[in-house]
Amino acid sequence: MSQIPALIPTSLLLAALLSLLAGLRSQRAGHAVAATGIVVSFAAALVGMWEVVSTGQSIRYALGGWIPPIGIEFVLDHLAAYMTTLITFIGVVVIFYAPRSIRFESPGKATFTYPSMALLLAGLSGMALTGDIFNLYVFLEIAALAAYALLAIGDRGGPFATLRYLLIGAAGGGLYLLGVGFLYFSAGTLNMADLSGILPELVENRAVMAAAALMVIGLGLKMALFPMHFWMPDVYTNAPSAVAGLIAPIMTKVSAYAIIRLFLDVYPPGFFTETLPITATVGWLAAGGILYGSILAIGQHDYRRMLAYSSVGQISYVGLGIGLANPIGLIGGLLHIVNHALMKGLLFLIGGSVRLRTGVTRIPDMKGLGKAMPWTMYAFVIGALAMVGIPPTAGFFSKLYLLIGAVEAGAWVWFAVIIASSLLSAVYFFRVTEMIFRDPGSDPAETSREQGGERDEPTPEHPVGEAPASMLVPVIILAVGVILVGVFNFAIISALLESVVAPLEG
Amino acid sequence: MDQLLHSAPLLAILVSALAAVAVPLTGEKRRNLRDTWTILASLLKFAFVAMMIPGVLAGERYEMDLLEIAPGIGLALKVDPAGLLFATSASFLWILTSFYAIGYMRGGNERKQSRFFSMLAVCLSATIGLCFAGNLLTFVLFYEILSVATYPLVIHAGSEKAYRIGRQYLIYAITAGIALVGGTALIYALTGTLDFQPGGFLDAGMGAPVLWTIFGLFALGFGVKAGVMPLQSWLPNAMIAPTPVSALLHAVAVVKAGVFGFVRLVGYVFGPGLFGDMGAATVLAVFAAATILLASLIALTKDDLKARLAYSTVGHLSYIVLGVALLVPQAMLGAAFHMVTHAAMKITLFFCAGAIYVHTGKKKVSQLDGIGRQMPVTLGAFGVGAVGLAGVPLVGGFVSKWYLAVGAVDAGMLIFLGVFLVSGLLNAAYLVPIVTRAFFRSSPEHTGFNEASLLMVVPIFVTMLLSLLLGIHPDGLFQFFSISEAIVEAVTGTSFTGGD
Repeated sequence: MSQIPALIPTSLLLAALLSLLAGLRSQRAGHAVAATGIVVSFAAALVGMWEVVSTGQSIRYALGGWIPPIGIEFVLDHLAAYMTTLITFIGVVVIFYAPRSIRFESPGKATFTYPSMALLLAGLSGMALTGDIFNLYVFLEIAALAAYALLAIGDRGGPFATLRYLLIGAAGGGLYLLGVGFLYFSAGTLNMADLSGILPELVENRAVMAAAALMVIGLGLKMALFPMHFWMPDVYTNAPSAVAGLIAPIMTKVSAYAIIRLFLDVYPPGFFTETLPITATVGWLAAGGILYGSILAIGQHDYRRMLAYSSVGQISYVGLGIGLANPIGLIGGLLHIVNHALMKGLLFLIGGSVRLRTGVTRIPDMKGLGKAMPWTMYAFVIGALAMVGIPPTAGFFSKLYLLIGAVEAGAWVWFAVIIASSLLSAVYFFRVTEMIFRDPGSDPAETSREQGGERDEPTPEHPVGEAPASMLVPVIILAVGVILVGVFNFAIISALLESVVAPLEG
Repeated sequence: MDQLLHSAPLLAILVSALAAVAVPLTGEKRRNLRDTWTILASLLKFAFVAMMIPGVLAGERYEMDLLEIAPGIGLALKVDPAGLLFATSASFLWILTSFYAIGYMRGGNERKQSRFFSMLAVCLSATIGLCFAGNLLTFVLFYEILSVATYPLVIHAGSEKAYRIGRQYLIYAITAGIALVGGTALIYALTGTLDFQPGGFLDAGMGAPVLWTIFGLFALGFGVKAGVMPLQSWLPNAMIAPTPVSALLHAVAVVKAGVFGFVRLVGYVFGPGLFGDMGAATVLAVFAAATILLASLIALTKDDLKARLAYSTVGHLSYIVLGVALLVPQAMLGAAFHMVTHAAMKITLFFCAGAIYVHTGKKKVSQLDGIGRQMPVTLGAFGVGAVGLAGVPLVGGFVSKWYLAVGAVDAGMLIFLGVFLVSGLLNAAYLVPIVTRAFFRSSPEHTGFNEASLLMVVPIFVTMLLSLLLGIHPDGLFQFFSISEAIVEAVTGTSFTGGD
């Protein structure tokens, strides 16, 4: 059992490597290997989560047998179990969705896509598992490299958008690394548990403060925390649907996770809230991001760009949870990590299904799709309701907890922001819903050409109709997940999240 | 049997949810089977609701804690007199509406009938859910589902206009919903509980700014559905929906959910004492009174029959709100009973309007000259509903209005007595002429007897009889009057059993 923390990223790394070798011989074999590795890691994450929940103990694993703090240690605690289960679950769903979609949207690139996906998941789950702040940087860069590769295979604008992302990402990683360096010189260790024992004596140390600020800014860039989000809309808009469906749900969240980890488990209590006003700053930026993202999403005609701006707003809910820095508020933020991952994954994958069947990516062209692909569109409605926060979908509950947290913190402006943003989300999601359930009156291709839109013609190979099962089933699974997580959100909270926020109690 | 009785609250909610799934799966091709699901679900739902009446009147509260959905708050059902009153009237009228709707949709050859019946069933599930909600979170949950499920019914026509109205409807409904969520979060953060308590659970110690914020958020949330001015404008527009929707949802289920929200808010969250002391009651009463008069005046000017009825609904919903806001037992009794009587009378009027439209294509009051000779049963029923709403004795409206008026006197608010009387006259002024011109003017178009389909006429006749029965023997039908008394006893602690 104690091998579980290592098993999750290792099986993914191994899968990435073997998938590339197998993929050079046959795409199908490459996919099979990657999928196997991801499924194994998901199973391992489930077993690990079960173990952590049932014993209430973290599982620690010293890498290579080197005893921490000298060696690197993996720690599977409640928060890491929560994150790894989410990361690998999204991985499983997307890897089965990917082949049809990638072959259609980025022909000829599939061979390199599957290993990159496994590598991305390895990096992200490694970030969630590691108990070492430098090792976290290594995994962060692994994930980033895989992401650059995946994003660059997208549409025409993809490579350029990715280049910009690469520069921003390098800056973010660099700032984080600089912070790690400061911390190492002051505290003499990189191990998180070790640091949390040493740092209480160094709270007045300027270098320790600077380290916190640098790491949070670096992670903030990666997390696309407003106003450091500017790289994101172009990247998501030009990415292949399956890639966007993998990266949008989990990548920015893991950076948010890293901030939460620093806040709760590395720095001493009160450091992020009182010594330096980091949580408050994150909270105010998030409040700005919620409004900014939601308002810009309203104006978008491209479905994926709308989702990207909505992501700017939604990741800010997590930021708001950090900003509230009280148990119920942070629970809301943490719950929103899973909620938003499921909904945004769902919505991006739906975009891919629509594109496969109709070639459409613009919202005005989506008219009448309710008739052509009813199941996919019902799933869209569930995703839209969740984004607005209608019960019993997951989105309702994270907003409710954030609202309760805002009242407890006396943060009335944030209270108003959450309320306002639900209305804004309603505006842009119901606009799409209305469009897809309209009667397909005028010829959609015609309207698109008038507005200068880009549109691939449906081919005989891809008739207009419901998406193939390999793409429809993942969509349905995510849609059902959105509802189940909503109905059983309290089970998640009591099993995992209550212990995570325990340091904030009292 | 006992087992069944104790799971009845949940079954009543689930049975129409099942129908909502079965209906689209059966589909348009097998429409007789499909419509059987609707009928069956409505009968079963009513049976589940009605079987709890004797127990609840005897003081039993059927409770079910389903699962914990938030820290310390469960998805909890609790059947008390207030919820039961609303649930009984809504579920009974759904039976009649089901028959009527089948006649209406087939008669008018409407599009997307499967979606229509499915969404209607979801709305009924949500309505019963919020009736039986044991705490504020459960209530808000069902309230939101109701808001969203009504949308496809509003845009049913699929025209540009319908979509535009649908957007307006959603903006109102979502705003209301999020205000409720905000208010709920506020209460939970400050008190740690959300369970409804007869007599309320907030206390004055929370301070006026907080209490007023809570009141403001909830008044916005409930005021939209209850059509309290200035939040009413979506309701007349929503009449673009097929008439069965206007009849059941926009005269009974959806709009009364807003009114019922006020009952819960005043009686079970704030408590009448606190609500009166802080001054919120006066504010609410003034808004409601203004709505009663303005809506009646606007109704006078409307030539479109359904629009006129819609404004009449706006006015009558505020009767109930005003009765609740007066806080005295007699007014509350009148308010509770008016939920039932108005439902019976208004649904009759809407049914008639729909029958006239489907059968003759007429939508405007000015086109109805002489139509009484062609459709005497329909217009006769319309006449009963019309005089009932005006408050003429022997029809249900008289009884509820009587108690409301007595309540206004008891509360020492003679101005509101004046409001009730004036609006009664206005009611007569905008409804009765419809009947007189239908019977006493002649038109070459309408000569021989030629009624709408029996699927529509029979429900009309039944709801008319209900309106009369409620006026002649108020307790004769499902003991509605006793249930109303039980509500007031629970909320105010007054006992009606001694004298009266």
